[in-house]
Amino acid sequence: MTLLHLSGIRKSFGAVDVLHGVDLDVAAGEVIGLVGDNGAGKSTLMKTITGIYSADAGAIELDGRSILHLDPGERRRIGIEMIYQDLSLAKQQDVASNIFLGREPVKKMFGFIPGMVDKARMDREAAEMIERLGAHLPSINRPVSSFSGGQQQTVAIARALTFDPKLVIMDEPTAALAVREVQSVLDLIRRLKSEGIAVILISHRLNDVLAVTDRIVVLRHGRAEADLRTADTNMNEVVARIVGGGDTASAAAHELGGHR
Amino acid sequence: MATTATPGIWSRAQRASIDRLHIRLESFIVLLVLAAAMAVLSPFFLSVSNFLNILLATSTIGVLAIAATFVISSGGLDLSLGSVMGLSGVVGAYIAVNLGAPSPFGVGACILAGAIAGYINGQIVTRAFVPAFIVTLGMLGIARGLALVISGGRVIYGLPEYLLFLGQGRPFGIPVPVIIFVITALVAHFVLAYTRFGRHTLALGDSEGAARAAGIRVERQRRILYTISGGLAGLAGMIFMARINSGDPTAGLNYELTAITAAIIGGTNLFGGRGSILGTMIGALIMGVLQNGLNLLAVQSYYQQMAIGAVLILAVFIDQYQVRKETRA
Ligand SMILES: Nc1ncnc2c1ncn2[C@@H]1O[C@H](COP(=O)(O)OP(=O)(O)OP(=O)(O)O)[C@@H](O)[C@H]1O
Ligand SMILES: [Mg+2]
Repeated sequence: MTLLHLSGIRKSFGAVDVLHGVDLDVAAGEVIGLVGDNGAGKSTLMKTITGIYSADAGAIELDGRSILHLDPGERRRIGIEMIYQDLSLAKQQDVASNIFLGREPVKKMFGFIPGMVDKARMDREAAEMIERLGAHLPSINRPVSSFSGGQQQTVAIARALTFDPKLVIMDEPTAALAVREVQSVLDLIRRLKSEGIAVILISHRLNDVLAVTDRIVVLRHGRAEADLRTADTNMNEVVARIVGGGDTASAAAHELGGHR
Repeated sequence: MATTATPGIWSRAQRASIDRLHIRLESFIVLLVLAAAMAVLSPFFLSVSNFLNILLATSTIGVLAIAATFVISSGGLDLSLGSVMGLSGVVGAYIAVNLGAPSPFGVGACILAGAIAGYINGQIVTRAFVPAFIVTLGMLGIARGLALVISGGRVIYGLPEYLLFLGQGRPFGIPVPVIIFVITALVAHFVLAYTRFGRHTLALGDSEGAARAAGIRVERQRRILYTISGGLAGLAGMIFMARINSGDPTAGLNYELTAITAAIIGGTNLFGGRGSILGTMIGALIMGVLQNGLNLLAVQSYYQQMAIGAVLILAVFIDQYQVRKETRA
């Protein structure tokens, strides 16, 4: 069953044409790797899905219904979450505030003044979520700016998972992570898959992409240049498709060797 | 456990003060030290009537400082506060006196005039992408000019009875402006510290991108914030008009300076992301005590302006110094 359907997505920033008609389908519970050179347009494409950018042309459907008219908040509410490469966290706020940003539960103050944010519940559920991710944070009541890059990434991941998403887009989620944390993100992706949640993983670490995905989509010259089944492809082919012809053997060999 | 003097006590007290009261411990202490100094310097300082005087004098600035806190903690800036306050007082007085409108309209007109000015600020900031600094600086000039045009450059006298009560009434001995000020502060504190709107305001000032990605309607939030800011400037204008019993087109001149200073002293981050109304109230009281004390000591108001400007720079310096220290540690 197709969960997300993109067709003919175009996007330009002024004179810079970034996407020239991208097609992409993602099934429920499927893990897609999205790869491509720096500046290929991966983040831009994903932001048109979450509504941060509006596509100049093309169709975007979730469960067969167009979502083009929805704003980013509404798209989150129907189950599209994204861990952004650049729009990360509100750094002076604490863990719970970030995880629940835009979704704060409310209660009545003294039992009759409505609209009071239920901070105790937020803290409790945030702590549970962090625990469930197997992560360790020094304190959830500190501003997230006082955490390391990897710890902050954990908070961003927790935010994407707290509200039962259907699709989780991860834009370079492992860039700031140590070896063990990278493994736990990969495990997490497998777990999401087993729960029927679709994942789009953007990463330059091709070994990781080859390890966890079902399909690999290569973005090049503003199009989905290749759509490869992970089981049927290998490092050489992926690198060749990213770089586009020429002698790619040495680059592929480096990738293979580099992460061993 | 708090009885043993461990090195952690100060920092724990700082934490508790911020977590529970949303007030910086330092500003509390500055206020106490300042008050103690004034008490030593002037025999009139420590009296109930002078205390009420301070609160009364702080009420206008305090309401403006609440407005400044909302906007600045969202990463914005409103330099038009003082002028909009002046404009609102003139509009209210004009409608009440020259048009003879019935009672609620004079009050409503003040707040509405301010809110409209703020709404225009918000529209231009969010739709025309002109920086808030420029938009509200422009509004500072426009609102002041409009106040002078409406009033013909003259003070409007002869306010009706009910407006006088708002400025000079004293139920249970407490001046009405002080009551309005305190209620406004409590409501504002609840909104900023405990509601989704308040949390979104701080998150927006912290990182507009993160707020947008979380699904917050960033532009709408900003427009509401500038409108609130203008509305509060209108409320301040009404209080001031009722207190001096006239609509003065020069009311609120340079008040934005004091209001922004009060907010910053109270712990509002000039660049957004952090702010608390209770902290701002302490900041406003510090400014009030400072002005009151300088008045009692018969220091000329020219020097008072200089003192306020210096305090603003000092407050931002100390705040930034602490931020840099924390990020380095
Ligand atoms: N807001 C923007 N305004 C103008 N140009 C932009 C904007 N965002 C992206 N671009 C341009 O679009 C192109 C694609 O950028 P994008 O961030 O989508 O690439 P990417 O594939 O995610 O790259 P990376 O692997 O480095 O993250 C780049 O040329 C970039 O300069
Ligand atoms: Mg990118």
